[in-house]
Amino acid sequence: MSIDYYREGEPVADTKAPAGPIEERWEKRRFSGRLVNPANRRKLRVIVVGTGLAGASAAATLGELGYRVANYCFQDSARRAHSIAAQGGINAAKNYRNDGDSVHRLFYDTVKGGDFRSRESNVHRLAEVSTEIIDQCVAQGVPFAREYGGLLDNRSFGGAQVSRTFYARGQTGQQLLLGAYQALQRQVAAGTVDLHTRHEMLELVIADGKARGIVVRDLVTGEISTEIADAVVLATGGYGNVFFLSTNAKGCNVTASWRAHRKGAYFANPCYTQIHPTCIPQSGDHQSKLTLMSESLRNDGRVWVPKAKGDQRHPADIPEDERDYYLERRYPAFGNLVPRDIASRAAKVVCDEGHGVGPGGLGVYLDFADAIARLGKPAVEAKYGNLFDMYERITGENPYERPMRIYPAVHYTMGGLWVDYDLSSNIPGLFVTGEANFSDHGANRLGASALMQGLSDGYFVLPNTISDYLADGPFEALDETHEAVVAARKEVDDRIAFFLNNDGDRTVDSFHRELGKIMWEYCGMERTDEGLRKAIGLIRDLKAEFYKRVKVTGKAEELNQQLEKAGRVADFFELGELMCIDALHRTESCGGHFRAESQTEDGEAKRDDDRFSYVAAWEYGEDAPVLHKEALVFEYVKPTQRSYK
Amino acid sequence: MSTDLQSRTAARPAKRAPKPTGPWRSNIGLKIAMAVSGVLLVLFIIVHMAGNLHVFEGREEMNAYAHGLRTLGEPLLPHETVLWVLRVGLIVLAAVHIWSAVVLTRRSLAARPVRYHSRKPAKGESRHAVATMRWGAAVLVLFVAWHLLDLTFRTVNPVKDVPDAYGAVVATFSPERWPVTVFYLLALVALGFHLRHGVWSAVQTIAGPDTKWRKRTQAVALAVALVVVVGFAIVPLSVTFGLVK
Amino acid sequence: MKLKLRIWRQSSADAKGRMVSYELDDVSEDASFLEMLDVLNERLIAEGDDPVAFDHDCREGICGACSLVIDGQPHGPQAATTTCQLHMRKFKDGDSIDIEPWRAGAFPVIKDLVVDRSAFDRIIQAGGYISAPTGTAPDAHAVPIPKQDADAAFSAAACIGCGACVAACPNGSGMLFMGAKVAHLGLTPQGQPERATRVLGMVAAHDEAGFGGCTNTGECAAACPKEIGLDVIGRLNADFRKAAIRAA
Repeated sequence: MSIDYYREGEPVADTKAPAGPIEERWEKRRFSGRLVNPANRRKLRVIVVGTGLAGASAAATLGELGYRVANYCFQDSARRAHSIAAQGGINAAKNYRNDGDSVHRLFYDTVKGGDFRSRESNVHRLAEVSTEIIDQCVAQGVPFAREYGGLLDNRSFGGAQVSRTFYARGQTGQQLLLGAYQALQRQVAAGTVDLHTRHEMLELVIADGKARGIVVRDLVTGEISTEIADAVVLATGGYGNVFFLSTNAKGCNVTASWRAHRKGAYFANPCYTQIHPTCIPQSGDHQSKLTLMSESLRNDGRVWVPKAKGDQRHPADIPEDERDYYLERRYPAFGNLVPRDIASRAAKVVCDEGHGVGPGGLGVYLDFADAIARLGKPAVEAKYGNLFDMYERITGENPYERPMRIYPAVHYTMGGLWVDYDLSSNIPGLFVTGEANFSDHGANRLGASALMQGLSDGYFVLPNTISDYLADGPFEALDETHEAVVAARKEVDDRIAFFLNNDGDRTVDSFHRELGKIMWEYCGMERTDEGLRKAIGLIRDLKAEFYKRVKVTGKAEELNQQLEKAGRVADFFELGELMCIDALHRTESCGGHFRAESQTEDGEAKRDDDRFSYVAAWEYGEDAPVLHKEALVFEYVKPTQRSYK
Repeated sequence: MSTDLQSRTAARPAKRAPKPTGPWRSNIGLKIAMAVSGVLLVLFIIVHMAGNLHVFEGREEMNAYAHGLRTLGEPLLPHETVLWVLRVGLIVLAAVHIWSAVVLTRRSLAARPVRYHSRKPAKGESRHAVATMRWGAAVLVLFVAWHLLDLTFRTVNPVKDVPDAYGAVVATFSPERWPVTVFYLLALVALGFHLRHGVWSAVQTIAGPDTKWRKRTQAVALAVALVVVVGFAIVPLSVTFGLVK
Repeated sequence: MKLKLRIWRQSSADAKGRMVSYELDDVSEDASFLEMLDVLNERLIAEGDDPVAFDHDCREGICGACSLVIDGQPHGPQAATTTCQLHMRKFKDGDSIDIEPWRAGAFPVIKDLVVDRSAFDRIIQAGGYISAPTGTAPDAHAVPIPKQDADAAFSAAACIGCGACVAACPNGSGMLFMGAKVAHLGLTPQGQPERATRVLGMVAAHDEAGFGGCTNTGECAAACPKEIGLDVIGRLNADFRKAAIRAA
């Protein structure tokens, strides 16, 4: 490919995971990592940015350990972080169902599900820790679904052949987050955590090569201030909003990660995005976000489209033999439960062929008629009632009577800041947890694994690994006059001044929407060499226009939601370009990244392990990004081509 | 050393010392005081209402009942001792009930300093309560004052002879004094609405029933309100319409 | 559809606010209420005006960020629906709609329709948790919980902390919010050890924040987008009574 898009640098490697049998590595690392004496912990300050599952759990746990924690979120309350919207559940290798599950099986499924693009050591640790998460959450009072005997209920989720998913109706993320939020508030009351809501991190402070603080804007007063600490933890979530329309909350953004990236942190696998197959289709141009419905719907719903192209009949009028249950047809073993990427792409294929239903032909049916006949309406209602209600509120259609219409939407980003086994980025003192890191999901995340990873990182991994770094602290005192602090503040001030003084005529949202369309078209479910090259050009042009024409009203010293958006969209432009470059350089198909040039004869994704069995860790470069490859070694799960036939 | 000085959050703002108020001065504590005093006052009202029905037995029985109240506990206790104990008890209950209501109302008004521009009719389980509890209470306070001057102290009653309770009742509700009867009935309406909400609200505050029992309590409250209103109303109406002379 | 909007505009916490009228043409009935406001804001920015500030985030009815008293009703006319999930098909062409912020002394206005709800966080800090430091937990199956208790705990825990209960309450009371948390934790075996201190602490924080008392009118439950019922306030009262008597 063209060399001007990027340069290749030295390989990068994770130096923290111990060698030896995989099931002993986490224990070994906890032993080899240095500890901080309890009396010294209160001399150490740790900044945690974000209060989602990964942030709140980390802040609460570090507070419990005795560190002095400063925790930031842009929302008006820590409880509103977008983890709250996760519906389906959380995996854990408890094997409560005696159906053959084990830590090793969860490890195996996750590596395989990630299409062999994740690190075995990390994933195994995730599987090990998964069981403790459930224990922890139950102790916090999380009201998981239970059986009549009083024990926890489990379900099979997202293509897993064992029932290892714990859930709380369709609001598992909410309940887990409230557990973490309450633990966090307990530490706030205890005085170990200083929580700052309505504050947005706008810059990372690096002094003497170490991450030492952040610059934040108080979103109410507009005041810019600096928080200095001994370590910084970013738990700032994913960047799906680069697509404008996604299932992310409106406020989700990449700014914290991107600012760290611009200061030297590697951004790994940015092109790995997960498209969720069961979302409510777009209804018009006013659309501001897409709403996901839990994948658990696919346990009982059957996906189909009319066999005839452009069939406008009411779904009930389409006889059985004129329906194409394409997932059951193409993947008889897994049927409607094929992994997310496969289900999504299959929907795109049938819609591209003209079989789609609903506005613009961008939708497929998810039909519960059989389930209602088999289980009865009350049983279906008990399982999915809240999802059905939500669907009806949004679309005005009753899914008990008429099949739901669904279409894929951007949902989760597997890529993120590069971290080692200790969750440390390549910048000493900068740790990254949860969706913000590139983590454990490889090229594709399994259902009910995001909650698991966020809580694993925050409750159990980071608090154990960060001490090895903090053992060298407290670090030299910094103050407001330190050149690194002054420079970081100036960058923030300049950006804000630019936006407010720019004599433009277009709203931030209009640019964001346009960027999103480019990303969805060329860097969405299916990517091509030609499309990505075109997208990079379009993004660059649009970005130039953005800086020329963007219009931000109001002042800096007030609640100014346009100003907040402008900064976030500016970073999305740069991220979007990097995503396209990453997608362009990875000429294989893997997981959530499907390159049209790399598919099997029957249209399935074709990996290229010989050339691409690595993590692409990108270093920021003014002219072009620099690629650092981290080779992936598979000792326990031998790469095979996925087959869900 | 560390980062104490530089961190903007190092100096935590000193926590405001909590006000020196115990749980019973809290909103719920006062509400429980209001509920308990209210329930006891309701019991008094029911007994009072039942006692009033002696009027249908005639002058002698009614006056004997009134006399019995004054001499209750004699000769063991001096004249009117029990009566005054009950009266003091009632005064204390009323004071607690009114005081907690006033404090809670003031707090409620402070909790909504700016009103809404548009208002929609109430949607809750006790939608009449918002409109009736507070003005109803004011009517009741005025009524009780009048009622004491009329039938207890007889200050405004034509019959000054205290032992003649029957005569006082007949005199005060005589047709030519119709405004007294109208005021009495108006106060009863206020009392009815007050009880319809107050009775179940008190049970909700004291016992915290689940939804099923709350619905039952609401039915009981309605029944109590109806019985009390009807029980009290038939006396003046009977006098006014000449059934009792 | 065409709409007349009257929106509360207040440039900052200290400024005086007022209702300002706007007219919108061509609103899609498939748009959500917030998307309708997005459309208005795009126009205001283009005209050089300050867009209307309002809180929102997930736009799928679960984060609790969105608020808005629409025609006198918190979260608008549709039952069990947050403002972000309210769609314009619930309105008619030519409707005029009043939009105001939550009104409560404990929720001061920050700007336009944005209010400060941090008082809710302070109530949780005062006891709305179970003290279970990370790592201390026994196996999740160590204590079975009867399904009906777990289900009831979940129903109470479904609270999204939006504050509609306070906005709807004629007394600006936060009892439904507080009751939901007291009920949730009180229904689990893990929540028992701190049950008394929890309720006393939370009630004190609630009053300290300036919320009013409960008069059992039920407006809170009627406005709750998650249909949390008055029985949680009953539980709160009962827990409080027991704890206060024991503390006396």
